[in-house]
Amino acid sequence: MTDLFDPARWKPGPLLPRRDARDGALVFVVAVLCFLACLTAIGAMAADRGARGWTSQLSDSATVVVRARGAESPDAAAARAAETLAGVPGVAEARALEKEKAEALLEPWLGREALLDDLPIPRLVTVELDPKKPAKAAALDSALKAAGVDATVDDHSRWIGDIERSAGIARWAALGVGLLIAAAAAAVIGFATRAGLAAHRDVIEVLHLSGAESGFVARLFQARFARTAALAGLFGAAGAAIIAALARLAGGGDGLTPVLPVAWTDLAVVLPAPIIAALTAAVSARLAAMGMLKELG
Amino acid sequence: MAGPILRFEGVAMRYGRAPEVLKDIGFELSPGSFHFVTGASGAGKSSLLKLIYLAERPSRGRIELFSRDVDAVAPADRPFLRRRIGVVFQEFRLLEHLSAFDNCALPLRIAGQKPESYRGDIAELLGWVGLKGRMHALPATLSGGEKQRLAIARAVVARPDILLADEPTGNVDDALALRILRLFVELNRLGTTVLIASHDEDLVARSGQPVFHLENGRLTAFGRGGGR
Repeated sequence: MTDLFDPARWKPGPLLPRRDARDGALVFVVAVLCFLACLTAIGAMAADRGARGWTSQLSDSATVVVRARGAESPDAAAARAAETLAGVPGVAEARALEKEKAEALLEPWLGREALLDDLPIPRLVTVELDPKKPAKAAALDSALKAAGVDATVDDHSRWIGDIERSAGIARWAALGVGLLIAAAAAAVIGFATRAGLAAHRDVIEVLHLSGAESGFVARLFQARFARTAALAGLFGAAGAAIIAALARLAGGGDGLTPVLPVAWTDLAVVLPAPIIAALTAAVSARLAAMGMLKELG
Repeated sequence: MAGPILRFEGVAMRYGRAPEVLKDIGFELSPGSFHFVTGASGAGKSSLLKLIYLAERPSRGRIELFSRDVDAVAPADRPFLRRRIGVVFQEFRLLEHLSAFDNCALPLRIAGQKPESYRGDIAELLGWVGLKGRMHALPATLSGGEKQRLAIARAVVARPDILLADEPTGNVDDALALRILRLFVELNRLGTTVLIASHDEDLVARSGQPVFHLENGRLTAFGRGGGR
Protein backbone atom coordinates (compact mmCIF):
# COMPACT_ATOMS: atom_id res chain seq x y z
CA MET A 1 0.00 0.00 0.00
CA THR A 2 1.33 3.48 -0.78
CA ASP A 3 0.24 6.97 0.15
CA LEU A 4 0.74 10.29 -1.59
CA PHE A 5 2.65 11.71 1.34
CA ASP A 6 5.51 14.06 0.49
CA PRO A 7 7.95 14.35 3.42
CA ALA A 8 9.37 17.58 1.98
CA ARG A 9 6.00 19.28 2.48
CA TRP A 10 5.28 17.79 5.88
CA LYS A 11 4.32 20.12 8.72
CA PRO A 12 4.11 18.89 12.32
CA GLY A 13 0.59 17.95 13.39
CA PRO A 14 -0.99 19.12 16.66
CA LEU A 15 0.31 17.21 19.66
CA LEU A 16 -3.12 17.31 21.28
CA PRO A 17 -6.15 16.02 19.36
CA ARG A 18 -7.79 18.99 17.62
CA ARG A 19 -11.29 18.47 18.88
CA ASP A 20 -12.69 17.44 22.15
CA ALA A 21 -16.31 16.67 23.01
CA ARG A 22 -16.01 18.94 26.06
CA ASP A 23 -14.93 21.98 24.04
CA GLY A 24 -18.49 22.97 23.08
CA ALA A 25 -19.72 22.84 26.67
CA LEU A 26 -16.69 24.78 27.91
CA VAL A 27 -17.18 27.49 25.27
CA PHE A 28 -20.81 27.81 26.33
CA VAL A 29 -20.07 28.07 30.08
CA VAL A 30 -17.19 30.55 29.65
CA ALA A 31 -19.23 32.58 27.14
CA VAL A 32 -22.10 32.84 29.65
CA LEU A 33 -19.68 33.89 32.41
CA CYS A 34 -18.10 36.51 30.15
CA PHE A 35 -21.53 37.72 29.11
CA LEU A 36 -22.52 38.21 32.76
CA ALA A 37 -19.20 39.89 33.61
CA CYS A 38 -19.53 42.30 30.67
CA LEU A 39 -23.15 43.13 31.52
CA THR A 40 -22.10 43.75 35.13
CA ALA A 41 -19.33 46.09 33.98
CA ILE A 42 -21.62 47.98 31.61
CA GLY A 43 -24.30 48.21 34.32
CA ALA A 44 -21.75 49.50 36.84
CA MET A 45 -20.50 52.15 34.41
CA ALA A 46 -24.02 53.28 33.59
CA ALA A 47 -25.02 53.37 37.28
CA ASP A 48 -21.89 55.37 38.07
CA ARG A 49 -22.69 57.83 35.28
CA GLY A 50 -26.27 58.17 36.54
CA ALA A 51 -25.08 58.79 40.09
CA ARG A 52 -22.53 61.36 38.94
CA GLY A 53 -25.19 63.15 36.89
CA TRP A 54 -27.58 63.34 39.79
CA THR A 55 -24.86 64.43 42.21
CA SER A 56 -23.72 67.15 39.83
CA GLN A 57 -27.27 68.42 39.35
CA LEU A 58 -27.92 68.46 43.09
CA SER A 59 -24.60 69.99 44.13
CA ASP A 60 -24.93 72.84 41.64
CA SER A 61 -28.19 74.02 43.12
CA ALA A 62 -30.01 74.68 46.39
CA THR A 63 -33.66 75.05 47.30
CA VAL A 64 -34.88 77.65 49.76
CA VAL A 65 -38.30 77.36 51.45
CA VAL A 66 -39.60 80.85 52.30
CA ARG A 67 -42.34 81.57 54.86
CA ALA A 68 -44.07 84.94 54.83
CA ARG A 69 -43.90 87.00 58.02
CA GLY A 70 -46.45 89.52 59.29
CA ALA A 71 -48.26 91.43 56.58
CA GLU A 72 -45.78 90.54 53.84
CA SER A 73 -47.33 88.34 51.18
CA PRO A 74 -45.66 85.00 50.41
CA ASP A 75 -44.89 86.17 46.86
CA ALA A 76 -43.23 89.33 48.13
CA ALA A 77 -41.21 87.36 50.71
CA ALA A 78 -40.06 84.94 47.98
CA ALA A 79 -39.11 87.78 45.66
CA ARG A 80 -37.13 89.46 48.45
CA ALA A 81 -35.38 86.20 49.27
CA ALA A 82 -34.47 85.67 45.59
CA GLU A 83 -33.12 89.19 45.37
CA THR A 84 -31.07 88.73 48.56
CA LEU A 85 -29.66 85.37 47.42
CA ALA A 86 -28.75 86.65 43.94
CA GLY A 87 -26.34 89.03 45.64
CA VAL A 88 -24.47 86.33 47.60
CA PRO A 89 -21.04 85.46 46.12
CA GLY A 90 -21.08 81.96 44.54
CA VAL A 91 -24.71 82.24 43.39
CA ALA A 92 -25.25 82.31 39.63
CA GLU A 93 -28.99 82.80 39.73
CA ALA A 94 -31.85 82.83 42.26
CA ARG A 95 -35.41 82.56 41.09
CA ALA A 96 -38.69 82.50 43.08
CA LEU A 97 -41.09 79.81 41.93
CA GLU A 98 -44.60 81.04 41.15
CA LYS A 99 -47.42 79.98 43.45
CA GLU A 100 -48.82 77.69 40.72
CA LYS A 101 -45.54 75.83 40.48
CA ALA A 102 -45.32 75.43 44.25
CA GLU A 103 -48.89 74.10 44.27
CA ALA A 104 -48.08 71.75 41.43
CA LEU A 105 -45.22 70.31 43.53
CA LEU A 106 -47.55 69.77 46.49
CA GLU A 107 -50.46 68.42 44.49
CA PRO A 108 -49.30 64.81 44.35
CA TRP A 109 -49.26 64.69 48.17
CA LEU A 110 -52.22 66.93 49.13
CA GLY A 111 -54.55 66.57 46.14
CA ARG A 112 -56.16 69.36 44.09
CA GLU A 113 -59.10 69.92 46.45
CA ALA A 114 -56.93 70.46 49.52
CA LEU A 115 -55.00 73.30 47.93
CA LEU A 116 -57.35 76.01 49.16
CA ASP A 117 -56.54 79.63 48.53
CA ASP A 118 -56.19 80.37 52.25
CA LEU A 119 -53.80 77.46 52.88
CA PRO A 120 -50.38 78.95 53.64
CA ILE A 121 -48.33 77.42 50.86
CA PRO A 122 -44.60 78.05 51.40
CA ARG A 123 -42.84 79.60 48.43
CA LEU A 124 -39.73 78.10 46.93
CA VAL A 125 -36.67 79.84 45.62
CA THR A 126 -34.40 77.82 43.38
CA VAL A 127 -30.76 78.84 43.55
CA GLU A 128 -28.27 77.98 40.79
CA LEU A 129 -24.79 77.99 42.27
CA ASP A 130 -21.61 78.98 40.54
CA PRO A 131 -20.13 75.55 39.67
CA LYS A 132 -16.55 76.89 40.00
CA LYS A 133 -17.00 78.36 43.48
CA PRO A 134 -20.41 77.39 44.83
CA ALA A 135 -21.76 79.31 47.81
CA LYS A 136 -22.10 77.33 51.06
CA ALA A 137 -25.53 76.72 52.61
CA ALA A 138 -24.41 78.67 55.72
CA ALA A 139 -23.61 81.75 53.59
CA LEU A 140 -27.07 81.61 52.00
CA ASP A 141 -28.68 81.15 55.42
CA SER A 142 -26.87 84.14 56.98
CA ALA A 143 -27.69 86.37 54.02
CA LEU A 144 -31.38 85.52 54.41
CA LYS A 145 -31.28 86.07 58.18
CA ALA A 146 -29.57 89.42 57.67
CA ALA A 147 -32.36 90.41 55.28
CA GLY A 148 -34.97 89.32 57.84
CA VAL A 149 -36.38 86.52 55.68
CA ASP A 150 -37.80 83.47 57.46
CA ALA A 151 -36.45 80.66 55.31
CA THR A 152 -34.86 77.21 55.34
CA VAL A 153 -31.96 76.43 52.99
CA ASP A 154 -31.65 72.92 51.58
CA ASP A 155 -28.34 72.39 49.74
CA HIS A 156 -29.28 68.73 48.94
CA SER A 157 -26.22 67.48 50.85
CA ARG A 158 -28.28 64.73 52.47
CA TRP A 159 -29.38 63.41 49.07
CA ILE A 160 -25.92 63.77 47.57
CA GLY A 161 -24.49 61.68 50.42
CA ASP A 162 -27.15 59.01 49.87
CA ILE A 163 -26.52 58.91 46.13
CA GLU A 164 -22.75 58.77 46.56
CA ARG A 165 -23.12 55.99 49.11
CA SER A 166 -25.42 54.05 46.75
CA ALA A 167 -23.06 54.58 43.83
CA GLY A 168 -20.13 53.39 45.95
CA ILE A 169 -22.04 50.26 46.99
CA ALA A 170 -22.96 49.61 43.34
CA ARG A 171 -19.30 49.98 42.28
CA TRP A 172 -18.03 47.57 44.98
CA ALA A 173 -20.88 45.14 44.25
CA ALA A 174 -20.00 45.19 40.54
CA LEU A 175 -16.33 44.61 41.35
CA GLY A 176 -17.26 41.74 43.69
CA VAL A 177 -19.55 40.15 41.12
CA GLY A 178 -16.87 40.59 38.44
CA LEU A 179 -14.24 38.90 40.63
CA LEU A 180 -16.65 36.12 41.53
CA ILE A 181 -17.36 35.49 37.85
CA ALA A 182 -13.63 35.50 37.01
CA ALA A 183 -13.00 33.03 39.85
CA ALA A 184 -15.86 30.83 38.59
CA ALA A 185 -14.42 30.96 35.06
CA ALA A 186 -10.95 30.06 36.36
CA ALA A 187 -12.39 27.15 38.36
CA VAL A 188 -14.37 25.88 35.36
CA ILE A 189 -11.31 26.10 33.12
CA GLY A 190 -9.14 24.45 35.78
CA PHE A 191 -11.66 21.64 36.02
CA ALA A 192 -11.82 21.33 32.22
CA THR A 193 -8.01 21.25 32.06
CA ARG A 194 -7.82 18.48 34.62
CA ALA A 195 -10.50 16.56 32.71
CA GLY A 196 -8.55 17.19 29.50
CA LEU A 197 -5.33 16.01 31.11
CA ALA A 198 -7.07 12.88 32.37
CA ALA A 199 -8.60 12.22 28.94
CA HIS A 200 -5.24 12.70 27.22
CA ARG A 201 -3.16 11.00 29.88
CA ASP A 202 -1.86 8.53 27.31
CA VAL A 203 -0.61 11.40 25.12
CA ILE A 204 0.92 13.19 28.09
CA GLU A 205 2.70 10.07 29.33
CA VAL A 206 4.22 9.45 25.90
CA LEU A 207 5.39 13.07 25.68
CA HIS A 208 6.69 12.91 29.24
CA LEU A 209 8.57 9.64 28.73
CA SER A 210 9.96 10.92 25.43
CA GLY A 211 11.71 13.68 27.34
CA ALA A 212 9.19 16.53 27.17
CA GLU A 213 9.66 19.07 29.93
CA SER A 214 6.64 19.89 32.11
CA GLY A 215 6.55 23.43 30.70
CA PHE A 216 6.37 22.04 27.15
CA VAL A 217 3.31 19.89 27.97
CA ALA A 218 1.70 22.64 30.08
CA ARG A 219 2.09 25.09 27.20
CA LEU A 220 0.06 22.79 24.95
CA PHE A 221 -2.88 22.92 27.36
CA GLN A 222 -2.31 26.58 28.09
CA ALA A 223 -2.50 27.49 24.41
CA ARG A 224 -5.50 25.26 23.79
CA PHE A 225 -7.59 26.58 26.67
CA ALA A 226 -6.53 30.19 26.05
CA ARG A 227 -7.82 29.87 22.45
CA THR A 228 -11.08 28.26 23.63
CA ALA A 229 -11.61 30.93 26.31
CA ALA A 230 -10.78 33.77 23.90
CA LEU A 231 -13.43 32.46 21.51
CA ALA A 232 -15.92 32.09 24.36
CA GLY A 233 -15.01 35.56 25.63
CA LEU A 234 -15.68 36.95 22.17
CA PHE A 235 -19.15 35.38 22.10
CA GLY A 236 -19.97 36.56 25.65
CA ALA A 237 -18.68 40.08 25.03
CA ALA A 238 -20.58 40.36 21.74
CA GLY A 239 -23.79 39.18 23.47
CA ALA A 240 -23.42 41.73 26.26
CA ALA A 241 -22.61 44.52 23.78
CA ILE A 242 -25.74 43.68 21.76
CA ILE A 243 -27.95 43.77 24.88
CA ALA A 244 -26.42 47.09 25.99
CA ALA A 245 -26.79 48.54 22.49
CA LEU A 246 -30.46 47.52 22.46
CA ALA A 247 -30.94 49.19 25.86
CA ARG A 248 -29.28 52.35 24.51
CA LEU A 249 -31.41 52.31 21.35
CA ALA A 250 -34.62 51.63 23.30
CA GLY A 251 -34.00 54.36 25.89
CA GLY A 252 -32.23 57.04 23.85
CA GLY A 253 -29.70 59.27 25.62
CA ASP A 254 -31.09 58.46 29.06
CA GLY A 255 -30.77 54.74 28.53
CA LEU A 256 -33.49 52.24 29.32
CA THR A 257 -34.09 53.89 32.71
CA PRO A 258 -32.68 57.08 34.23
CA VAL A 259 -30.86 54.88 36.77
CA LEU A 260 -28.80 53.20 34.01
CA PRO A 261 -27.99 55.76 31.34
CA VAL A 262 -25.95 53.53 28.98
CA ALA A 263 -23.60 55.44 26.69
CA TRP A 264 -22.19 54.09 23.43
CA THR A 265 -18.70 54.42 24.89
CA ASP A 266 -19.68 51.98 27.68
CA LEU A 267 -19.74 49.24 25.07
CA ALA A 268 -15.95 49.52 24.79
CA VAL A 269 -15.67 47.90 28.23
CA VAL A 270 -16.37 44.50 26.61
CA LEU A 271 -13.30 44.75 24.34
CA PRO A 272 -10.75 43.35 26.83
CA ALA A 273 -13.09 40.46 27.79
CA PRO A 274 -11.67 37.90 25.29
CA ILE A 275 -8.11 38.80 26.34
CA ILE A 276 -8.92 38.60 30.06
CA ALA A 277 -10.75 35.29 29.50
CA ALA A 278 -7.76 33.92 27.55
CA LEU A 279 -5.28 35.03 30.25
CA THR A 280 -7.44 33.58 33.04
CA ALA A 281 -7.70 30.32 31.10
CA ALA A 282 -3.98 30.20 30.37
CA VAL A 283 -3.03 30.70 34.03
CA SER A 284 -5.66 28.27 35.27
CA ALA A 285 -4.72 25.62 32.68
CA ARG A 286 -1.01 25.99 33.42
CA LEU A 287 -1.52 25.58 37.17
CA ALA A 288 -3.71 22.50 36.65
CA ALA A 289 -1.33 20.97 34.11
CA MET A 290 1.82 21.61 36.16
CA GLY A 291 0.11 20.10 39.22
CA MET A 292 -0.73 16.89 37.37
CA LEU A 293 2.66 16.67 35.64
CA LYS A 294 4.40 16.94 39.00
CA GLU A 295 2.67 13.72 39.97
CA LEU A 296 4.21 11.97 36.96
CA GLY A 297 7.66 12.86 38.29
CA MET B 1 37.70 1.44 29.14
CA ALA B 2 34.53 3.48 29.77
CA GLY B 3 32.44 2.69 32.86
CA PRO B 4 29.01 1.08 32.72
CA ILE B 5 26.21 3.02 31.04
CA LEU B 6 23.76 1.56 33.58
CA ARG B 7 24.32 0.12 37.03
CA PHE B 8 21.79 -1.33 39.52
CA GLU B 9 22.92 -1.87 43.11
CA GLY B 10 20.56 -3.65 45.54
CA VAL B 11 17.53 -2.13 43.83
CA ALA B 12 13.98 -2.91 44.96
CA MET B 13 10.70 -1.53 43.76
CA ARG B 14 7.08 -1.57 44.84
CA TYR B 15 3.88 0.04 43.54
CA GLY B 16 2.38 2.10 46.37
CA ARG B 17 2.16 -0.07 49.49
CA ALA B 18 1.98 -3.35 47.59
CA PRO B 19 4.71 -5.98 48.12
CA GLU B 20 7.98 -5.46 46.27
CA VAL B 21 7.88 -6.52 42.63
CA LEU B 22 11.67 -6.28 42.30
CA LYS B 23 14.08 -7.31 45.04
CA ASP B 24 17.81 -6.80 45.44
CA ILE B 25 18.55 -6.33 41.76
CA GLY B 26 22.16 -5.77 40.87
CA PHE B 27 23.73 -5.71 37.39
CA GLU B 28 25.43 -3.38 34.98
CA LEU B 29 25.45 -2.74 31.24
CA SER B 30 28.50 -1.66 29.28
CA PRO B 31 28.11 0.90 26.50
CA GLY B 32 27.28 -0.79 23.20
CA SER B 33 26.19 -4.08 24.83
CA PHE B 34 23.13 -6.13 23.89
CA HIS B 35 21.15 -7.98 26.58
CA PHE B 36 17.85 -9.73 27.02
CA VAL B 37 15.79 -9.82 30.21
CA THR B 38 13.68 -12.93 30.38
CA GLY B 39 11.19 -14.27 32.85
CA ALA B 40 7.61 -15.41 33.12
CA SER B 41 4.76 -12.94 32.93
CA GLY B 42 4.73 -10.96 36.22
CA ALA B 43 8.39 -11.69 36.96
CA GLY B 44 9.15 -7.95 36.97
CA LYS B 45 10.60 -7.38 33.45
CA SER B 46 8.41 -4.34 32.65
CA SER B 47 8.99 -2.87 36.11
CA LEU B 48 12.74 -3.20 35.60
CA LEU B 49 12.50 -1.29 32.32
CA LYS B 50 10.27 1.37 33.94
CA LEU B 51 12.99 2.05 36.49
CA ILE B 52 15.50 2.52 33.68
CA TYR B 53 13.35 4.87 31.61
CA LEU B 54 12.55 6.86 34.78
CA ALA B 55 8.83 6.16 34.83
CA GLU B 56 9.15 4.76 38.37
CA ARG B 57 11.53 5.20 41.28
CA PRO B 58 13.18 2.45 43.31
CA SER B 59 11.94 1.90 46.87
CA ARG B 60 15.53 1.16 47.86
CA GLY B 61 18.93 0.67 46.30
CA ARG B 62 20.81 2.81 43.83
CA ILE B 63 20.56 3.22 40.06
CA GLU B 64 23.32 4.88 38.09
CA LEU B 65 22.43 5.97 34.59
CA PHE B 66 25.06 7.58 32.35
CA SER B 67 27.25 7.71 35.48
CA ARG B 68 24.66 9.74 37.42
CA ASP B 69 22.72 8.63 40.48
CA VAL B 70 19.15 8.94 39.18
CA ASP B 71 17.80 9.67 42.65
CA ALA B 72 19.99 12.77 42.82
CA VAL B 73 18.95 14.09 39.41
CA ALA B 74 16.91 17.29 39.72
CA PRO B 75 13.34 17.06 38.32
CA ALA B 76 14.23 19.70 35.72
CA ASP B 77 17.08 17.51 34.43
CA ARG B 78 15.13 14.25 34.20
CA PRO B 79 13.62 15.05 30.75
CA PHE B 80 17.15 15.43 29.36
CA LEU B 81 18.12 11.99 30.69
CA ARG B 82 14.94 10.50 29.19
CA ARG B 83 15.89 11.91 25.78
CA ARG B 84 18.95 9.66 25.81
CA ILE B 85 16.74 6.59 26.22
CA GLY B 86 14.62 5.09 23.43
CA VAL B 87 11.68 2.97 24.55
CA VAL B 88 9.58 0.50 22.58
CA PHE B 89 6.55 0.05 24.79
CA GLN B 90 4.78 -3.28 24.99
CA GLU B 91 1.49 -1.70 23.89
CA PHE B 92 3.28 0.62 21.37
CA ARG B 93 1.78 3.82 22.86
CA LEU B 94 1.52 5.57 19.50
CA LEU B 95 -0.43 8.84 19.39
CA GLU B 96 -3.61 7.84 17.59
CA HIS B 97 -4.39 11.29 16.19
CA LEU B 98 -1.00 11.68 14.53
CA SER B 99 0.30 10.16 11.30
CA ALA B 100 3.09 7.56 11.28
CA PHE B 101 5.45 10.33 10.17
CA ASP B 102 4.39 12.61 13.05
CA ASN B 103 4.66 9.77 15.57
CA CYS B 104 8.15 8.97 14.41
CA ALA B 105 9.17 12.65 14.55
CA LEU B 106 7.89 13.10 18.12
CA PRO B 107 11.19 12.73 20.06
CA LEU B 108 12.94 15.19 17.72
CA ARG B 109 10.11 17.68 18.04
CA ILE B 110 10.26 17.41 21.82
CA ALA B 111 14.02 17.96 21.67
CA GLY B 112 13.26 21.24 19.89
CA GLN B 113 14.75 20.38 16.50
CA LYS B 114 13.50 22.20 13.39
CA PRO B 115 11.34 20.06 11.04
CA GLU B 116 13.49 20.92 8.05
CA SER B 117 16.51 19.42 9.81
CA TYR B 118 14.97 15.95 10.23
CA ARG B 119 12.27 15.50 7.57
CA GLY B 120 14.62 13.53 5.32
CA ASP B 121 15.92 11.36 8.19
CA ILE B 122 12.39 10.37 9.23
CA ALA B 123 11.47 9.38 5.68
CA GLU B 124 14.66 7.32 5.42
CA LEU B 125 14.10 5.65 8.80
CA LEU B 126 10.48 4.79 8.01
CA GLY B 127 11.67 3.31 4.73
CA TRP B 128 14.27 1.29 6.64
CA VAL B 129 11.58 -0.26 8.89
CA GLY B 130 9.38 -0.98 5.86
CA LEU B 131 6.83 1.81 6.28
CA LYS B 132 7.76 3.86 3.23
CA GLY B 133 4.26 3.73 1.79
CA ARG B 134 2.53 4.23 5.16
CA MET B 135 4.03 7.51 6.31
CA HIS B 136 0.73 9.40 6.24
CA ALA B 137 -1.29 6.57 7.80
CA LEU B 138 -2.87 6.91 11.23
CA PRO B 139 -1.92 4.20 13.74
CA ALA B 140 -5.48 2.83 13.74
CA THR B 141 -5.06 1.85 10.08
CA LEU B 142 -1.72 0.08 10.64
CA SER B 143 -1.36 -3.67 11.22
CA GLY B 144 0.18 -4.97 14.47
CA GLY B 145 3.52 -5.50 12.77
CA GLU B 146 3.49 -2.03 11.21
CA LYS B 147 2.67 -0.46 14.59
CA GLN B 148 5.52 -2.40 16.13
CA ARG B 149 7.98 -1.17 13.51
CA LEU B 150 6.71 2.39 13.86
CA ALA B 151 7.20 2.19 17.64
CA ILE B 152 10.77 0.98 17.05
CA ALA B 153 11.42 3.78 14.56
CA ARG B 154 10.18 6.34 17.09
CA ALA B 155 12.38 4.83 19.80
CA VAL B 156 15.56 5.06 17.72
CA VAL B 157 14.98 8.23 15.70
CA ALA B 158 16.80 10.49 18.19
CA ARG B 159 19.77 8.04 18.26
CA PRO B 160 19.44 7.19 21.95
CA ASP B 161 22.34 5.87 23.99
CA ILE B 162 20.15 3.06 25.33
CA LEU B 163 17.28 1.31 23.58
CA LEU B 164 14.77 -0.49 25.79
CA ALA B 165 12.13 -2.74 24.28
CA ASP B 166 9.33 -4.39 26.24
CA GLU B 167 8.13 -7.60 24.55
CA PRO B 168 8.79 -6.19 21.09
CA THR B 169 7.86 -9.45 19.38
CA GLY B 170 4.83 -10.21 21.52
CA ASN B 171 2.25 -9.49 18.83
CA VAL B 172 3.99 -10.60 15.68
CA ASP B 173 4.63 -13.86 13.84
CA ASP B 174 7.98 -15.66 13.88
CA ALA B 175 9.19 -14.22 10.58
CA LEU B 176 8.49 -10.67 11.67
CA ALA B 177 9.98 -11.35 15.11
CA LEU B 178 13.24 -12.37 13.46
CA ARG B 179 13.14 -9.28 11.25
CA ILE B 180 12.66 -7.06 14.31
CA LEU B 181 15.50 -8.84 16.09
CA ARG B 182 17.79 -8.15 13.11
CA LEU B 183 16.75 -4.49 13.33
CA PHE B 184 17.88 -4.36 16.97
CA VAL B 185 21.14 -6.10 16.16
CA GLU B 186 21.72 -3.57 13.39
CA LEU B 187 21.09 -0.68 15.78
CA ASN B 188 23.41 -2.25 18.32
CA ARG B 189 26.14 -2.47 15.68
CA LEU B 190 25.72 1.28 15.21
CA GLY B 191 26.63 1.73 18.89
CA THR B 192 23.30 1.74 20.74
CA THR B 193 23.15 -0.21 23.99
CA VAL B 194 20.15 -2.54 23.74
CA LEU B 195 18.11 -4.17 26.50
CA ILE B 196 15.09 -6.24 25.47
CA ALA B 197 12.52 -7.72 27.84
CA SER B 198 11.02 -10.84 26.33
CA HIS B 199 9.44 -14.10 27.34
CA ASP B 200 10.03 -15.50 23.82
CA GLU B 201 12.64 -18.12 24.79
CA ASP B 202 13.11 -19.28 21.17
CA LEU B 203 13.93 -15.81 19.96
CA VAL B 204 16.32 -15.23 22.85
CA ALA B 205 18.01 -18.58 22.17
CA ARG B 206 18.41 -17.78 18.48
CA SER B 207 19.96 -14.39 19.24
CA GLY B 208 22.94 -15.75 21.10
CA GLN B 209 23.02 -12.56 23.22
CA PRO B 210 23.59 -12.40 27.01
CA VAL B 211 20.49 -12.87 29.15
CA PHE B 212 19.35 -11.75 32.61
CA HIS B 213 16.66 -14.00 34.03
CA LEU B 214 14.07 -12.70 36.49
CA GLU B 215 11.99 -14.89 38.75
CA ASN B 216 9.52 -13.45 41.24
CA GLY B 217 11.26 -10.10 41.14
CA ARG B 218 14.76 -11.48 41.69
CA LEU B 219 17.59 -11.77 39.24
CA THR B 220 18.26 -15.50 39.35
CA ALA B 221 20.53 -16.22 36.44
CA PHE B 222 22.84 -14.60 33.99
CA GLY B 223 23.59 -16.54 30.83
CA ARG B 224 23.75 -16.37 27.10
CA GLY B 225 20.95 -17.02 24.60
CA GLY B 226 21.38 -20.39 22.96
CA GLY B 227 23.89 -21.48 25.55
CA ARG B 228 21.48 -22.17 28.41
